[in-house]
Amino acid sequence: MIDIDKWKEIIITLQKNKVRTFFTAFGVFWGIFMLIIMLGSGNGLQNAVFQNMGDFSTNSCFMWTQQTTVSYKGFPRGRFFRFNNGDTKALLQNIPELKELSPRLQGFGGDGANNAVRNEKTGAFTIFGDYPAWNRIDPIKITSGRFINNFDIKDNRKVVVIGKRVVEVLFNPDENPINEYIKINGVYFKVVGVFKSKKNGQQAEREEQNIHMPFTTLQRIYNFGEDVGWYAMTAQDNVPVEIVEQKAREILKKRHSIAPEDERAVGGFNVAKEFKKMRGLFAGINGLIWIVGIGTLLAGVIGVSNIMLVIVKERTKEIGIQRAIGATPFNVILQIINEAVFLTSIAGSLGLIAGFWLVELINFLLESSGSNGEMFKNPEVDFRIAMSALIILILSGVFAGLIPAKRAVSIKPIDALRTE
Amino acid sequence: MIELKGLHKSYITGTNKLHVLKGLDMLIEQGELVSIMGSSGSGKSTLLNVLGILDSYDQGFYKLNNTLMSNLSEKKAAQYRNNMLGFVFQSFNLISFKNAMENVALPLYYQGVSRKKRNSIALEYLEKMGLKDWAEHMPNELSGGQKQRVAIARAMISKPKVILADEPTGALDTKTSLEVMDLFREINKDGITMIIVTHEKDISEKTDRIIHLRDGIIESEFISKN
Repeated sequence: MIDIDKWKEIIITLQKNKVRTFFTAFGVFWGIFMLIIMLGSGNGLQNAVFQNMGDFSTNSCFMWTQQTTVSYKGFPRGRFFRFNNGDTKALLQNIPELKELSPRLQGFGGDGANNAVRNEKTGAFTIFGDYPAWNRIDPIKITSGRFINNFDIKDNRKVVVIGKRVVEVLFNPDENPINEYIKINGVYFKVVGVFKSKKNGQQAEREEQNIHMPFTTLQRIYNFGEDVGWYAMTAQDNVPVEIVEQKAREILKKRHSIAPEDERAVGGFNVAKEFKKMRGLFAGINGLIWIVGIGTLLAGVIGVSNIMLVIVKERTKEIGIQRAIGATPFNVILQIINEAVFLTSIAGSLGLIAGFWLVELINFLLESSGSNGEMFKNPEVDFRIAMSALIILILSGVFAGLIPAKRAVSIKPIDALRTE
Repeated sequence: MIELKGLHKSYITGTNKLHVLKGLDMLIEQGELVSIMGSSGSGKSTLLNVLGILDSYDQGFYKLNNTLMSNLSEKKAAQYRNNMLGFVFQSFNLISFKNAMENVALPLYYQGVSRKKRNSIALEYLEKMGLKDWAEHMPNELSGGQKQRVAIARAMISKPKVILADEPTGALDTKTSLEVMDLFREINKDGITMIIVTHEKDISEKTDRIIHLRDGIIESEFISKN
């Protein structure tokens, strides 16, 4: 029953104790405000970290060669070895769980020395030999042209896909790099694609200085023969990458006569494991935020409950009168809970709005200053979280009203009337 | 209308047991104007509370309008109070932040009557009390007599069978007291049973029947000269 009387009564009773009402409401306001700010910050941190990974396949791992540590089959320990094209074939044939396999090579000369030339312009870039699969493991955004394809691999085509930064260094702003030629290590390559990073901050800057060429081409140009630098692989969906990793290790060890117990010979990095750790970390941070936030909120709610208790005590006689003239206990409980919910809802909504506003302001300032990226990105609070905060708020309002309400009806009307 | 038989009531405070009502028998017919007299401690307030279903009793029975009042839930008791009883108190017991009209209308609020309707009914009753011009005034802007008349209007608005008045003139001067008593007689003429608790002789003399309580039993009872 919505009734002006009820609301009038609520407002009047709260107005009678302006200072106390204010401080109590402030408790709830602050609780919600902090919760929103902390959730927003947590999200900002998380967004930034996950954005740093771009669209990287998380169910993936890397594998490279190191020195053997166990002597085996007549070979001494401390032996160096290299993966080769035969390994690639063996891996593809023997691991059904494998989704993508990308052998990679890096062209030397990338460490500071200028290795790419176009007319009078030169630059030092990182040069990778890649299969098309690479762009499905760690995707980049092709802004024009294309990525390396299977024909490039088969025909050892002298084509390159270059990053945004490479274009900026080697080309004039008004030039279209597609189908132009650049010289790498004394050999001319046709530019077939330009890309942008999907990551942000330093990661993106580094990635946009890359030059990708067909893996087979790089093997020839740099005289790698059959060598493979390292492997990147992803597992089929629903298969943990650990299985692929383990099988690949076994195959590679066997092919290179490495002792099965030698754990160090084949180096590896399991992205899924690291990713899980990070997810766990953020789940932990989020959990902490909720615990602290709800704790703060609870303190505010207890404050409301307290003030309601005092109000009920002050109004004992009035409640007695109301009950004498026909108010049921339910009427009384409803009225007190209404007051509590009213107080918490108003204060909480204000906190919600203020929190949102601040988070949006931070977001706006970050974006307009251009520093949005590495440590903090889009510190937003989504609608679902706001709704759950609101529900918590109203529930806590009911909770805050329940104890005083129970107290109010536990006093017999006759005792209530006698209080002066 | 009201029937009491062997009514006992005692209060337990700590280890002490205070036996207040010691077997009361009473029969009040509809339309009677009765006063209950007694010195303090005679049990008259306790009796009024039992009659008003504000308090329970230990033994015997209490029938109001032929309905047994025992073991009532708070909700049921509130409904009976709302429908059958009207209360007038010594200290008026108006709600301080509601104006006269809203105070009068309050019992109808608990019956679920719409605000507009109950306020217009409240105005009618205030008019009967000669307080129409004071409808928008807050209780603290009214004199004692005016407050009591507002309280009486509030007691009457739910058209009760019985009006219970607890020292209704205790806080009023003689002249206003007599006015209030005249008002009660007026209301009584419409067939509403009135029970007035008082310790003032001249007030009780304005009623039709006087019941004297002493130490929890009816000491004497006689028909007034009126």
